[in-house]
Order: sequence, then structure tokens, then C-alpha cells
Amino acid sequence: MNSQSEPEAAASAAAVSLLPIIRVRDLTKTYHVGDVDVHALRGVTLDVARGEFLAIIGPSGSGKSTLFNILGGLAPPTSGEVWIDGIDLRALTESQRTEMRQKKVGFVFQRYNLLPTLNAQDNINIALALSGRKHPPADFDQILDLLGICDRMRHRPRALSGGEQQRVAIARALATQPAILLADEPTGNLDTENSSAVLSILRDLNKRKGQTILMITHNPEAASFADRTVAIRDGRMQAP
Amino acid sequence: MITKLVIQNLKARWVRTLLSALVVGVQVMSILTLIGLSRGMLQQSAERAKGSGADIFLRPGAQGTFSINTGQVSEKFVPFVARQQHVRYAVGVLIIPLKAVTTITGVDFNELHQIAGRFRFVEGGPPRGPDDLLVDEFYARQNKIGIGQKVKLLGHDWRVAGVLPGGILGRFIVPITTLQALTSNTGRISEILVKLDDPGLTDQVVERLNEVLRGNLQAISMTAFVSQFSMNNIPELKAFITVITALAVIVGFLVVFLSMYTAVIERTREIGILKALGAKPLTIVDILVREAIFLAVAGWLFGIALAFAVKVGVTTIVPATLPVINAPDWWPIAAAIALIGALLGAIYPGTKAAQQDAIEALAYE
Repeated sequence: MNSQSEPEAAASAAAVSLLPIIRVRDLTKTYHVGDVDVHALRGVTLDVARGEFLAIIGPSGSGKSTLFNILGGLAPPTSGEVWIDGIDLRALTESQRTEMRQKKVGFVFQRYNLLPTLNAQDNINIALALSGRKHPPADFDQILDLLGICDRMRHRPRALSGGEQQRVAIARALATQPAILLADEPTGNLDTENSSAVLSILRDLNKRKGQTILMITHNPEAASFADRTVAIRDGRMQAP
Repeated sequence: MITKLVIQNLKARWVRTLLSALVVGVQVMSILTLIGLSRGMLQQSAERAKGSGADIFLRPGAQGTFSINTGQVSEKFVPFVARQQHVRYAVGVLIIPLKAVTTITGVDFNELHQIAGRFRFVEGGPPRGPDDLLVDEFYARQNKIGIGQKVKLLGHDWRVAGVLPGGILGRFIVPITTLQALTSNTGRISEILVKLDDPGLTDQVVERLNEVLRGNLQAISMTAFVSQFSMNNIPELKAFITVITALAVIVGFLVVFLSMYTAVIERTREIGILKALGAKPLTIVDILVREAIFLAVAGWLFGIALAFAVKVGVTTIVPATLPVINAPDWWPIAAAIALIGALLGAIYPGTKAAQQDAIEALAYE
């Protein structure tokens, strides 16, 4: 039974919407490689507002992929706080992190990571099936229009260009209506023209649909498409 | 959608899918053919026994249904048995093994005629001379033997006098006196066939004969005798089938294990993608188990088809040597064997895939 009155509930919802959708405090991640401890993240603090398009820029080995993996629920933090859309990742079991990935996060990878045996439509459908949803959001056709892949849905990945594959991957990530879209070097395998197209699409999605996007990149040009850029180096956030 | 993914995965590696299913199918076929062959031989033996027309068999007391004595019984028992009440005819038969389970039966054809009634010959007629031989139609067909042709058995040349339909005593029937002389069994027989004046009194006569024969011979009714022609009554055959079944499970396990294990290695990255999309470990196991079940079911269907093909081939080429019949009641058992092997084979690869780290899997080249 809901004990809140309607105005209270509305106020509460508004308050939640004002909270950062991603909140990270003093996040550390240490990998044990043999007898050696590798400190990939050394106290990262970060807030991402709902509807923001944030780029995290950093060189190889800076810890940006580790941050991507932790925010996406693919790896647990060693210490610190990580909140995704009101969920405290520290308290989650492996199974709960899996559920979080189903409901809250959409991934876009550098290498597209489409399932090669399924066509574009089925790559989207499998993401829907795994998240327990039967249908994509009502405006999904508009998203496909925006991505320009409506006529490529029956093709398998090997019959698609790199740019098309990445756009299918974006569609797959958005089909489950994730709270955040995490993109790891989304243009890393694309030529300039396709890179520009994909980044424009991400920016359009952010502007038109209010989709929160966190993009990891080492490319300042790609980062320039975001609302805000933060830099990471040696596992710590730095002024860009 | 998971089923679609499974089907697409299997289609994408169709050669491996086909070969795996084929190997499982060969195992299923082996089991079904073995059962069909065992039953075919037993059925043929039972039909031959019934084809003699006897109501009662008399054999040495200690002899089992499936063992053959090569003349342990004195011919003198025949007139003794013939004198018993309700016994219309008693005929002595000598059975000599040739090779494997094939035997040659010596009998006085005129006496056998009295017990079995009128014979229908496929070709030719009854034996007229001491070296005349009757063969069954399967042997004649398999060996393309015609009337008047010579056949060498037990080092003796026989002339084929007639071809009988399958299902009368043995594959080869010869005059008993010739066979006794050839095998140094003069005055000896293997068993006595008894025809009663009233078959309704069979049980009663069996009891009476067992009393008067005092263990020298054991009487058994045809019904009881034929009912013993079951795989359950042959412990060696049961053990053999158990071994073949166990081997089938092991082979099925190995084939599916290898197929699934290779699939898991090949699809490491895809497993990582599924995990990133939110697939639970059980979902990953589910995908591999479904693939294994598909292989088992496809293998099972292949196996049934192969078993049919083997049956047709064998009964066409060597109908006398290998009387194979279909064993549809064993299809569910064969399915269970294929499924057990496949599921066992999917356990380790499935567990390995489910436990794979998503990040490492995504980085897999």
C-alpha cells in the first residue's frame, strides 16, 4: 500500500530525477595478477546527471575500460560507492548485477559484438528476450529511422558494414530502454565518415530522447560530441 | 528467441551438427539393430518350434531351452512315449549345430509329416533318398539355391529336394538315419516331438509324462517352450545388450561433449555478449542443453532411419543369416539413451560456459 499522497509522490519522483543517474565515490579497483596487485582505479569520483551525454577520455591503460565494466555491472568494485539509477552496485550479488544489466544498462562496444548467427532484427530481439521484455519501446521505429537501418534488419552482421553493425548495436542497446547507454570506444573500428555518423546519432538520441550516455574514448574529436568531457589517467579523474 | 538462437547456432556449424547427430544415430541404430536381430532370431526359433506342429517337447532333464544336445537321448524312448495315453505320435529328432546358431535337423520326414500336417513346399517336394535335403526359403534365396543342386554340409554332399517356407524345425532338414550315421549318433536323438489326440489335455499329459519319465526326459508344452524364447530368458544376451547400451551412452556422451566443448571454445565471445546483455548462467546452460537435446533427437531420428535401412539391407542380402525385425518398442529406450549421453556431454561445457567471465569472454579473439 502506498502511504504517499499524490503531491508527495510527485515531489519524490522529482527529487529522484534530480539525483545523478550515475554516482561514483572513491571507487577503486585492484586486479590481482599473480603476486602483483594492479590498481586500475585509484579513487574515482564522478556524477552523471540524468539525460547527460558524458565522454570519459583517457589513454590506454588509464582505467577507462575498467570504469566502463564496473558501471555496466560486468565487474564488481574493490571499494567505494557506485550508484546506477538509485541502485547501489556494492550490495549486488553476481545474479543481481546480471539483472541490473538487463534493466538499466545498454552497451555499445568498439567491436560491435553482434551475435554472428542472428540477423540484425534477432540481435535486437535476443536482447529484449534476455531482459524479459516482449516488445521494444513504442518509439523504437523512430529510433531505427534515426539510425537508418530499417532496411538492413534481415541481414546478418557479416552482410553489414562496420557503421551499420554499430548502428544495429546501438538499436540493440536502446531496445530495452536502459537508464544509461554505455559506449566503449564506439567509433574505434570505424572510418571518419561512419564515426561522425555514429557520434551524431548518439548526440541526437541524447537530445531527442533524453537518453543518458556515457562514452569512453581516447579520441578528443569523438569526445567533442558529448555535453561534457572528463579525463581519466592512471586510474584517477583529472581536469580535461 | 533462445530456441531460434540455438537453431541458428546449429545451422551455422551444420557440418559439425550433422556429423554429431550422425554418430549419435549410429549408436541408436546399433542398439535397435542388436535388439531387432536378437528378437528376430528368437522369433524365428519360436516359429520353427511351432511349425513342427508338436504339442509337447521332450528333452533331457537338465537341458535349457537354448542349448542343443547332439544326441544324448536314446531312440528307445520314442516308442515308450508313443505308448502313453493321449499320445497320437512321437517323433525323434536329431539336431546338430553347424556354425554359430545354425543347425541341421535330422528327422523321419514321413513321421514329421504326421505331426505337422500337410507341408506346403515353396519349391520341390519331400526327400526321397538318404542324401536329400530340405532348406528353408531364406537360405535358398540368400544362396540362390535351386532344386537338384548340391549343398555340402558336415562334409557331406546333399541334394536339395525341396524348399520349405521358413518356420519348420530348422534351416536344414535331412533324413535322420543319414545324419545319425554321419555324426556317429546311431540310435541317438536330441529331442522327441509329441502330438496329442487332444491338445486340450496338454498340461495333463505333460504332468503325466514327467512322472513316468522320472527325470530322464523333461516334458514341456509347446506354449511353455515358445514363451521361453524371450531376451529375458537369456542372461548372456541381456548382459551383452547392457554393455552395448552403456557403450552407446558413453559414445553419445563423448560426441556431444566434444561438440559442445568445441562450441563453447569457439563461441567464447558470443557467450560474453550474451552475458553482457544480461544472460544468466542458467540461460547459457539452457542454450547448450537445448543444442545437446537437438543433437540427441536428430541422432535418434537418424538412428531409427538407419535401423530401418539396415533391416531392409540385411533381410534382402542375408535373410537366412541375420533375421532382423523392427523393434519400435525400443525407440523410446533408444531416445532415452541418446538423451542421457547428450545431456551428460553438455554438463561440463555448459558449466564452463556459464562460469565464463563476461569481460574475459568479450576480449576473446
